[in-house]
Amino acid sequence: MNLRGVGVSPGIGHGPAYLLTARVPEPPEGATHAGDADQEKERAVMALAQVAGELEARGDRAGGEAREILKAQALMAEDPGLVVKIRSLIDRGTAAPRAVHEAFTKYRDVLEGVGGYLGERAADLDDLRDRVIAQLTGQELPGLPPPGDTPYVLVAHDLAPADTALLSGHAVAAFVTEEGGPTSHTAIMARALGVPAVVACAGATTLRPGVEVLVDGTSGEVRARPTESDVARAESVDTARQAAIDRVTGPGRTKDGHPVPLLANVGGPADLEAARSCGAEGVGLYRTEFLFLGRAEPPGAEEQERAYRAALEAFPGGPVIVRTLDAGADKPLAFLPPGSAEPNPALGERGLRLLRAHPEVLETQLDALATAGAGSGGRLRVMAPMVTTAEEARWFAAACRAADLPEAGVMIEVPAAALRARDLVAEVDFVSAGTNDLAQYAFAADRELGALSELHDPWQPALLDLLAGLLAAAAQAGKPGGVCGEAAADPGLACVLAGLGAASLSMGPAALPAVRAALAYHTLEQCRAAAESARAATTAAGARAAARAHLTELEALGL
Amino acid sequence: MGERKATVAAEVGLHARPAATFVQTAMKAPMDIRVAKVTGGEPVNGKSILQIMALDVRQGETIVITAEGEGAEEVLDQLASIASTP
Repeated sequence: MNLRGVGVSPGIGHGPAYLLTARVPEPPEGATHAGDADQEKERAVMALAQVAGELEARGDRAGGEAREILKAQALMAEDPGLVVKIRSLIDRGTAAPRAVHEAFTKYRDVLEGVGGYLGERAADLDDLRDRVIAQLTGQELPGLPPPGDTPYVLVAHDLAPADTALLSGHAVAAFVTEEGGPTSHTAIMARALGVPAVVACAGATTLRPGVEVLVDGTSGEVRARPTESDVARAESVDTARQAAIDRVTGPGRTKDGHPVPLLANVGGPADLEAARSCGAEGVGLYRTEFLFLGRAEPPGAEEQERAYRAALEAFPGGPVIVRTLDAGADKPLAFLPPGSAEPNPALGERGLRLLRAHPEVLETQLDALATAGAGSGGRLRVMAPMVTTAEEARWFAAACRAADLPEAGVMIEVPAAALRARDLVAEVDFVSAGTNDLAQYAFAADRELGALSELHDPWQPALLDLLAGLLAAAAQAGKPGGVCGEAAADPGLACVLAGLGAASLSMGPAALPAVRAALAYHTLEQCRAAAESARAATTAAGARAAARAHLTELEALGL
Repeated sequence: MGERKATVAAEVGLHARPAATFVQTAMKAPMDIRVAKVTGGEPVNGKSILQIMALDVRQGETIVITAEGEGAEEVLDQLASIASTP
């Protein structure tokens, strides 16, 4: 079985899988206590104190970063707001375990609603909740195996600081989690321990306990039952890859010097430093949702300006491409309600469609962008999400011009827009292909459904055709056509996209060094031949193999 | 009622360690501590790490801290200094 997630801590690790998956069952809704509310409250408060004390003690034993993380968790367990909520639920008759469950749920929903860094802290609250409930109900919590001779691959839905605090790098060969992102605790702890880690790996918890697992913390590949030669190959690949990556620095370009600016996808000011340290030449996709999510009112102009200025200041030389608010679908906002109930939000009023219904929100955002851009001297470009027709592109470009923004563009993520890219390009100054949504809509396959992952393979020839057409349309109009999305993060596919004429590639910062190396070892001619062969294939696997046959150095580079 | 404005300097904003330090200090004070963003919104309990986190204060944002009673000025000075420490 081969799985794929997002590599967040580099290196190769292998060993038997140890699954840390058991959760404490949810206490039944409506459970009541025997009648003595004071005694029940006492019980709940004791359990909270007990768990807080354990976490602090664990942190003290672990020291370093873990100590601070666990201290913060201990504070959460005894949070006065939480205690008040639990007490009032118990006063109304709710049993202590259920009261704990409900009080924690309230806070975790708030954090999840904010998203980003705070959203990932929701998992910490789940872990705390389970610990307190286990304490109250006398259940054993699943723990880690005692350190043995063979390092194991720790597999979980998500790992909490309390799980990982006392781990040593010797006991664990790798981490694999189904949830989590680059700033989840799993990622942070793994990097601190120097242990390879893959997060957001769908299906990880279906691995059989004890089965041998091989984990590539760079590519995100997870392979069950590898042979000895698989392991040896993975290790030599990793050595070669690190060496290749270390040799190549500077701006993105092919071996023969054709420039392909390498930009970063950024979700907020906190990501800017990672983008810079990975050598990004600018920002190719600045998602602005972090400013808006979890709010009752849209943020003011001043707060927005500050966030935009931070990006322009981080990249004074390179382009900074800001995407206007992409709400709707999976990111609903209280102040931007859709016109009517949406049985299928992915096909509903989202992205630019929603902003056209609420022009005042767009106007404030564009004005804030114009103010930030005018004061900075940086190269600010603004693009709209979820644009379908040339008429929409024209409308958005006019709105940008009215706000005195010099460069307006659109994302191409709807097949209709890709097919008629020529018409859209004529209305704007640049376009950028969003491959994740483009694949979702072209293949009629929900992005979140692991069962359909084959259809989201960015090597699918139909997706390559759509990208080829839209990049050619941009080139013909003499306007930049870039690619942002997962496709650009695959070193081989990045070469293919360069061969198709992509003016820039934008990706998560961690993928930049490998892509930079892949481009530097191949000529533009090789990239073009790879693109042509890939499009001639009939399957995703065939396209990948055909392209890599032209990209002769990838194998040796371990990319 | 005493009041201090502080601009949050830590890169992670008023989250993680800065939030924990802030709350630990606030918890030692006998009086109520309220925290709000200078841009408005309901003030939250300065002794609640969950409420402080959910306030979602980013680097560069300014908060208003209020407290009343004996020793309030001293506590406010300490809290403002924690918030503005990078």
